[in-house]
Amino acid sequence: MSEKRVNKGNNIILKIENLQISFTQYERGLKQRTFQTVKGMDLEVSSGELTAVIGASGSGKSLLAHAVMGLLPYNASMSGEMYYCGEKLTKMRQEKLRGNEIVLVPQSLAYLDPLMKIGRQIKKNRKDEKINQRLADIFSRYHLKEEVAKQYPFELSGGMNRRILISTAMIENPRLVIADEPTPGLDLKSAKRVMEHFRELADMGAGVLLITHDLRLAIETADRIIVFHDGRTIDEAVPTDFQAENTLKHAYTKALWRAMPKNGFANESKNTDI
Amino acid sequence: MRLDVKELSFAYQQRTGQGQQKHILQEFQLSVESRERVGLTAPSGFGKTTLCKLIAGYLQPDAGEILLDGKPLSSYRGYCPVQMIWQQPEQAVDPLLRMKDVIAEGDEVEERILAGLGIRTEWGNRFPGELSGGELQRFCIARALGKGTRFLLADEISTMLDLITQSQIWHFLMEETTQRNIGMLVVSHDRELLECVCTRIVEMI
Repeated sequence: MSEKRVNKGNNIILKIENLQISFTQYERGLKQRTFQTVKGMDLEVSSGELTAVIGASGSGKSLLAHAVMGLLPYNASMSGEMYYCGEKLTKMRQEKLRGNEIVLVPQSLAYLDPLMKIGRQIKKNRKDEKINQRLADIFSRYHLKEEVAKQYPFELSGGMNRRILISTAMIENPRLVIADEPTPGLDLKSAKRVMEHFRELADMGAGVLLITHDLRLAIETADRIIVFHDGRTIDEAVPTDFQAENTLKHAYTKALWRAMPKNGFANESKNTDI
Repeated sequence: MRLDVKELSFAYQQRTGQGQQKHILQEFQLSVESRERVGLTAPSGFGKTTLCKLIAGYLQPDAGEILLDGKPLSSYRGYCPVQMIWQQPEQAVDPLLRMKDVIAEGDEVEERILAGLGIRTEWGNRFPGELSGGELQRFCIARALGKGTRFLLADEISTMLDLITQSQIWHFLMEETTQRNIGMLVVSHDRELLECVCTRIVEMI
């Protein structure tokens, strides 16, 4: 970790304290039931820093992203504090900032509009010269051909659509990027290129929150790795801790390490009830 | 049993007149035996998913054949013995069906399979929007493991899973398919994963 980065890191962009999210569901008729999915998350993202959040499927990683963006479904309720650049992140600020200062790369390709051409979708209906230039830059960076802009999402492969989804966020000048599983379906080369782009954004001063389960990518690119389990923040580590099992603190983090294909592909989830 | 893909060619129709029709697959050949788990890897946009769709019968090839034990797959009636598991589980389930009804779309999926994949009973009453990507994918895998399944096409089925769940699900799948003599075609970008789960690996070029 370079000293320069640590200094830049003093500037906290996003701070989350004791975030809790629960869902209300109709069971039968008018009978309601509440279940809590996020039980206490704490997290800080600083400018110039790439922070990765890893955790089991269903541990509430995506909900965290949606909470910051103000995109939780109507039957969800949340408590806890969220601060953006030192000030409380209210509903009004969320609506003002999202899409330009705070951008989200959503997990599901279903977030693309199936009836809108790719180019318009990325440019969000803007038509000036500057935005066209930016689009051309992004396309060449992600190795997308020019004609892709005139196609619809169904005409592209999963990996190409994934790059389109990332482009919709990258065309802005964000201060906070939240990327929710940005790389599944991408081959290693493309995935690395995307991660380099996130790294560059961070080095230019943005805060990047990478939500992923791809531990290998997180280790290669992130400055800090935060581990979620069962709706809680349970561990925090730096990538070098992952070089060996015994430098990791929490039992769950160790189990993750052992489950990596190159570290033995261990199958122990039955014992630990995950 | 043996699944043969013989000289398969396919091109997507170009919507715009410009440019030539590009063949995404040209005279593609592949054979998979029941006892095999064949890994398939290629860069993004090379037609891996298209190949799976063709083999599972969701698309019709321009030329070539797909044979199951020497007979064209299209001549099998009823439940298709070749089942595909899709890359994006949230797009492979009906958003208006409760998960227990999603499972009922499969061919009499056994309770044992649901348990083996770590599906909790209470999830059956939820709608797809109320489950995480990884939880949904377990249902999609279970749905494809009905009793008539002979071959399984796994198109990047574990990219949305964390490492522990990935390992759990693959160990279950390897055991299940070995026991029932189900052949597998495993598509993934993750070479290390393929080396762990496959009996051989094919590179598409």
